[in-house]
Amino acid sequence: MRNVVKQYQTRHGEVTVLDHVNLIIRHGEKIGILGRNGSGKSTMIRLISGGEQPTSGSIERSMSVSWPLAFSGAFQGTLTGLDNLRFICRIYGVNANSRIEYVQDFSELGKYLYEPVKTYSSGMRARLAFAISMAVDFDCFLIDEIIAVGDSRFHERCQRELFEKRKEKAMIIVSHDIQNIREQCERFCVVHEGKLFQFFNIDIAYNFYKDNC
Amino acid sequence: MRVIGALLMREVLTRYGRHNIGFLWLFIEPMLFTLGVTMLWTFMKSNHGSSIPIVAFAVTGYSSVLLWRNMPARTIGAVEPNLSLMYHRNVKIIDVFAARLLLEAAGATTSFFVLSILWISIGWMQPPQDILKVLFGWFMIAWFGASLALLLGSLSERSEVVDKIWHPTAYLLFPLSGAAFMVDFLPQSVQKYILVLPMVHGVEILREGYFGSLVHAHYDILYMATVCLVLTILAFAQERHISKKVIPE
Repeated sequence: MRNVVKQYQTRHGEVTVLDHVNLIIRHGEKIGILGRNGSGKSTMIRLISGGEQPTSGSIERSMSVSWPLAFSGAFQGTLTGLDNLRFICRIYGVNANSRIEYVQDFSELGKYLYEPVKTYSSGMRARLAFAISMAVDFDCFLIDEIIAVGDSRFHERCQRELFEKRKEKAMIIVSHDIQNIREQCERFCVVHEGKLFQFFNIDIAYNFYKDNC
Repeated sequence: MRVIGALLMREVLTRYGRHNIGFLWLFIEPMLFTLGVTMLWTFMKSNHGSSIPIVAFAVTGYSSVLLWRNMPARTIGAVEPNLSLMYHRNVKIIDVFAARLLLEAAGATTSFFVLSILWISIGWMQPPQDILKVLFGWFMIAWFGASLALLLGSLSERSEVVDKIWHPTAYLLFPLSGAAFMVDFLPQSVQKYILVLPMVHGVEILREGYFGSLVHAHYDILYMATVCLVLTILAFAQERHISKKVIPE
C-alpha cells in the first residue's frame, strides 16, 4: 500500500478514514492489526482485498490475496450451501466438485449442505463460511475477526486449519483478541485517527494502543 | 467471462429457483405476455391499417417492446442486492449488469423465436421475407435496450429518482415505441417527431425484414446507431464512476 487515502462522503461532509497509509506485506508474513471500533481496520482490509478502491494512492498485489474472511459470510439465503460453494469456486476458477468433500467434512453440515442457507443456524453459517473460505487457495489471507465466534471445538479447528495447515501463508489478522495476535503474528499495526503505526513488539504495540486509543 | 457465467447461474437460481419449470420461466413469461397481447389485438382487430397480418404484427411489435423495456427494469437497482458479492475483487459492477442483460436478452429472444416458429409452423404467421434484416433490427433494439439499461442502472446508484421516473416513462413510451403502429400509418407531420425515438427505427427495420414489400418502413440506421453509440459511451463512463465508489456490504 503506497500513500493510500480513503475518504467517505457523509452528510456532514468528507470523512478521512485512512490518511496516507503505507504498508508492505511479504510472503509468509503475519501481521496483526489493532484499533478501536470504527478506526478503519476493516476498510483497510477491504482496500487490500481490492473489493474497494482507494480515494488516492495505490495498492499493488504480487501475491494472490483472499477476500476478507469473516463469519458473516456473503451468502445468498435462498441458495443452498452447495450453490454458494459452487458460486465462489466458479468466480475463482476452482473446480467445485473437488472441494465438496472438504467443505462437507469441515462444515459438518450433512444433508443441510443441500438446503437453503436461510434455514441454517448462525453456527452452521459460520462453519460453512469458514469451510468455503478454505476451499480456495491463496498466498495471503485477510482475516477480519474470524476467530471471535463459534464454540471452542470450532474455534480449535479453525485455528488448526489456518495456523497449522497454512502456516507458510501470509496473513493479515484483525482481532480484538490480543492473545491470539500475540501467538500468531510477528508484526503489529495500530490504526489510529487515519494513521498506521507499525511495531515489531506486541507489548509496545499494545501499550501504544491502550494509551492512545 | 468466468465471473459473468457464475453470476448468470446464480441469477437463474435465485430468480427462478429449482421448483416446477425453473429457468424455463425465463422465456415462458415473456411468451405469455406476447401471447396475451397478440390475442387482444387479434380480437380487437385494432386499426393497424392495412393488409398486414395481425398475428405477426403483434408478435414483432410486442417482442420488441419486451426486449428494450425489460433490460433497464433489471439493471435499475441491480447493484444493491449484489453488494455483498463485491467483497470478491473479481466481481465487478459491470459483471452484475452484464449477467442480467444477457439473461434478459436471452429470455426475450427465445420468446420471440419460439413464438414465431410455433405460429409459422401452424400457419398463423408467414415466415419472414428477409431473416437477416429481422435479426439486424432485433440486434439494434437489443443494443438500444442494453446501452440504456447500463446507463440507467449506473445512474440509479447515484439517485433513486431514476427508478421512480423510469416506470412512468417506460409505460408512456410503449404506445409511442412503434410496437402498435407503423410510422407510415401516421400523418406526415407526426412522423418526424415519432422518429426521434430510437427504438421506432429498430421496429421499422425488423418489420421491413418480416413483411418485405407489404409495408413501407421509415428508418435511419445511422441515426439509431449514433444514439446507441452515445448512450453506450455515457453508460460506460457512468459505470466507471460508480465502480470507483462501490462499498461492499
